Amino acid sequence: MLGLNKNDLTLLAIVAVLTLFAPFILNPFPADSAMAQFNAGYPDLMQRFIIFGIFAIGFNILFGLTGYLSFGHAAFLGVGSYASVWMFKLLSYNVVPAILLAVIVAGLFSVLIGYVSLRRSGIYFSILTLAFAQMSFALAYSVLSNPRFNLTNGETGLQVYKNDPQIFHGENMQDFPHFFGIYMNSTHTMNVGAWSFDFNAGYYLCAIVMILAFYLSIRIFRSPFGMMLRAIKSNQTRMSYTGLNPRPHTLAAFVISGMYAGLAGGLMAAMDPLAGAERMQWTASGEVVLMTILGGTGTLIGPVLGAGFIKYFENIFSKINDTILHQWFAFLPDGIEDFVVFIIHPFIGKGWHLTLGILFMLVVVFLPGGLVEGGQRIGKWIKSRGKSDDSTASTEPAE
Amino acid sequence: MGILEVKDVNKRFGGLQALGDVNLSVAENSVHAIIGPNGAGKSTLLNCLVGKLIPDTGSVMFDGQSVLGRSPHEINQMGISRVFQTPEIFGDLSVMENMMIPCFASRDGSFRLHAVENMMNEKDIVEKAEAMLEDMNMIDKRHMHANSMSRGDKRRMEIGMCLAQEPRLLLLDEPTAGMARADTNNTIDLLKQISDERDITIAIIEHDMHVVFSLAQRITVLAQGTPLVEDTPENIKGHPKVREAYLGETQVA
Amino acid sequence: MDALILQILNGLDKGSAYALIALGLTLIFGTLGVVNFAHGALFMIGAFCAVSLSKLLQFSYVTIDETQKDFLGNPLKVETPYIESWFGPELGASIIDWSVPLSILLAIPVMILVGLIMERGLIKHFYKREHADQILVTFGLAIVLQEIVKYYFGANPIQTPPPDALMGVSNLGAWFGFDLPYPNWRIVYFCFSALVITGVFAFLQFTTFGMVVRAGMADRETVGLLGIDIDKRFTVMFAIAACVAGLAGVMYAPINPPNYHMGMDFLVLSFVVVVVGGMGSLPGAVLAGFLLGILESFASTTWATTTLPGINQIIIYLVAIIVLLTRPRGLMGRKGVMEE
Repeated sequence: MLGLNKNDLTLLAIVAVLTLFAPFILNPFPADSAMAQFNAGYPDLMQRFIIFGIFAIGFNILFGLTGYLSFGHAAFLGVGSYASVWMFKLLSYNVVPAILLAVIVAGLFSVLIGYVSLRRSGIYFSILTLAFAQMSFALAYSVLSNPRFNLTNGETGLQVYKNDPQIFHGENMQDFPHFFGIYMNSTHTMNVGAWSFDFNAGYYLCAIVMILAFYLSIRIFRSPFGMMLRAIKSNQTRMSYTGLNPRPHTLAAFVISGMYAGLAGGLMAAMDPLAGAERMQWTASGEVVLMTILGGTGTLIGPVLGAGFIKYFENIFSKINDTILHQWFAFLPDGIEDFVVFIIHPFIGKGWHLTLGILFMLVVVFLPGGLVEGGQRIGKWIKSRGKSDDSTASTEPAE
Repeated sequence: MGILEVKDVNKRFGGLQALGDVNLSVAENSVHAIIGPNGAGKSTLLNCLVGKLIPDTGSVMFDGQSVLGRSPHEINQMGISRVFQTPEIFGDLSVMENMMIPCFASRDGSFRLHAVENMMNEKDIVEKAEAMLEDMNMIDKRHMHANSMSRGDKRRMEIGMCLAQEPRLLLLDEPTAGMARADTNNTIDLLKQISDERDITIAIIEHDMHVVFSLAQRITVLAQGTPLVEDTPENIKGHPKVREAYLGETQVA
Repeated sequence: MDALILQILNGLDKGSAYALIALGLTLIFGTLGVVNFAHGALFMIGAFCAVSLSKLLQFSYVTIDETQKDFLGNPLKVETPYIESWFGPELGASIIDWSVPLSILLAIPVMILVGLIMERGLIKHFYKREHADQILVTFGLAIVLQEIVKYYFGANPIQTPPPDALMGVSNLGAWFGFDLPYPNWRIVYFCFSALVITGVFAFLQFTTFGMVVRAGMADRETVGLLGIDIDKRFTVMFAIAACVAGLAGVMYAPINPPNYHMGMDFLVLSFVVVVVGGMGSLPGAVLAGFLLGILESFASTTWATTTLPGINQIIIYLVAIIVLLTRPRGLMGRKGVMEE
């Protein structure tokens, strides 16, 4: 079905079910219980899961398949956001043209950058993309925001103002992005007993787009083109001596992943009609690298897992403070309690990046395949334990 | 007029004359060996043929067309395939995938963006790759990770990958270097079979005289970047110039 | 004319910092074959050595001076740094005043230690892994180091003044008959960098150790075969590179108040410098460092910024892209380094 084999279809189905039912799954704790702080089912956060998931899926098409490590992908996300906001400013708050333009502009931009950067490989490529991204950041932050030619609105960020043309904006329309009249910020809250679940229009738009994006990435992974990309990673010499030109292949992969980034950027602007230069900074590019590696490079589900994992714990860790820690460790004797809190303190709240950095190093050193490899190892371990149990069980009667 | 014509090729690396006035003509559907002591310029010559190096002067014509200034993939698409000294394969891919890639390359050319088709649904490619694996006697290894095979198997697969493209000229760079005797003999048999059964020209660079004399119909001897003699194996064996060039480095059997 | 010279001089201080960081990056890349994304963090740690020492030296105790009153009429609280009470007010005050140059003495052992721990503890496990992995793990390390510094020193830049004697501005043009005011500390920084660079080159050129390292940079395997324990020397080389970056950071502290992300800011540009200079070429790194520093200073003139606003922020990247496209190996790159 859908041109996929059974395993891939199952994977797609799991992802689809998880994203569509996320408002339930991510809110397992009653709204006013102490554990409610671990809930992640509110629209803003769920949108972030999905958007960064799309970003990472796209990045993985380049890095996971070809092994070209780009440190400048945030530039495409930023460009997508700017393109969307411009559509809001010029046409109307409808998200469809905005997201389409975001994808197209990011695609064109990545053709430009990819054409130049892909003339080199390895570390040179990484540094070139890094340089391009920083240049785009500087362009957006200052060069393109001068009074004569203001494309990005510099430090303030690009946003929609009352005197913008918005030629298709209806008389009694609200000033917020919408999908043919369905506003992205409209949320239906369902209360079941002590639980409360939020169903947000914006989230569901993102979710559907992500399922499509994920489906497309499976198709790409299983296509001849996907195989060629893996071949490039494996052996470029053999590739060119087999009559295949590596450059258009890598460029195509680069542009596709750039368009994914643009799509993510467009969605970001659709959820909150604002675009700022900081989205393009190289630390933002680094973040998507972290997500992909943490989840599992070159695997289908890895990037989505990585994005969800990082965004979830970022949220949780920033919420925890010393008071909460003292509550948790209240069962310990006072001195030890203070000591434990003192030890954990640097890693929580604003220290989230420290935790992330350490986690990331641990993953690169000990678990290069990321969470997916970790899962597989645990799976194997359980299986082998199960087997040894079986074998003892089956041999015992024989004895 | 041979299928491959090399005329007056010169190549210098700094002060070193690697190739000096090399002339070579490889007849269609023959097996032509290029031999010579270490540093004779065999590998440099080969690299000039496949586009890795560009000669300073001279011309290299394949089937009436110049190959100079073309990149390796363009030259391959003209019909020249190359087997490397250490097998160059797609180590991270499965054996089947390794074999499918050249099939795609010969069907679709150097680039085609078929990004959403399922590769296993390309019946003609799958059949062709399976047939080639059958020919190479490794169909049972199709799901194996290419890197986990023995060196002999890798070599055989590499030759198979080249053949899958139906090249008109197959270049081999010391295909038996570092192999055990048994593997060497297997490779010789495989190459013999290929040249008998297929419409193909083989040019082989080799150190091992056993291999050369079992396969070649014509032999060119290179020494210090220039061809000394070109003749049939029988005439090469006793040739005084050849003895002089090797001077006991390898016994001429 | 004097405007031209002024811009060149203005470029020298940033150029020196680029050159020193790029030199260390190249040393590490050339010897160990590792791309070190944490090198900017080493520069930052150096700068924070200066911050720490100047804070340490200013540790004070409080005494109450009954003879004086503060504005509320209470007896005046006087803070006296311990240093002043140990060495007497005059010597103590001048020690505090000279805290930045003195930090060099602190930074050298600290940086060597940090370098050794980094190399032995982490980097050495990555010699045989892909460049992508090296980039990733050092990138992670850079984040960790940066966040630790942020945790202890906060997110705001910390003012670290140079000694009073070197604070002002002198007129360099006076000898030649025109006006050329230039901050003293920048002259010091440039001279210091030149000294360090000369030192590194001399060390590589004239010592046996340096000779082995240079041979190792050219052909690691062969040197290994000669029975020389090249790994140990590379460890020392890493420590030296860390030290160079740290010293660059110490002396840079008075020019721009150190903050926790200064390392990352410099790192990106230093990588560009290395690439422009030619990967693996030490003179290339130094040359490109100064060239790009000066170029940036020219792009920052009012004339340039009014013609093309923001040009000063993108000029280096633009030049890097042009250089890489026209001379893929960079200005002085060697053949065969990092090519497939």
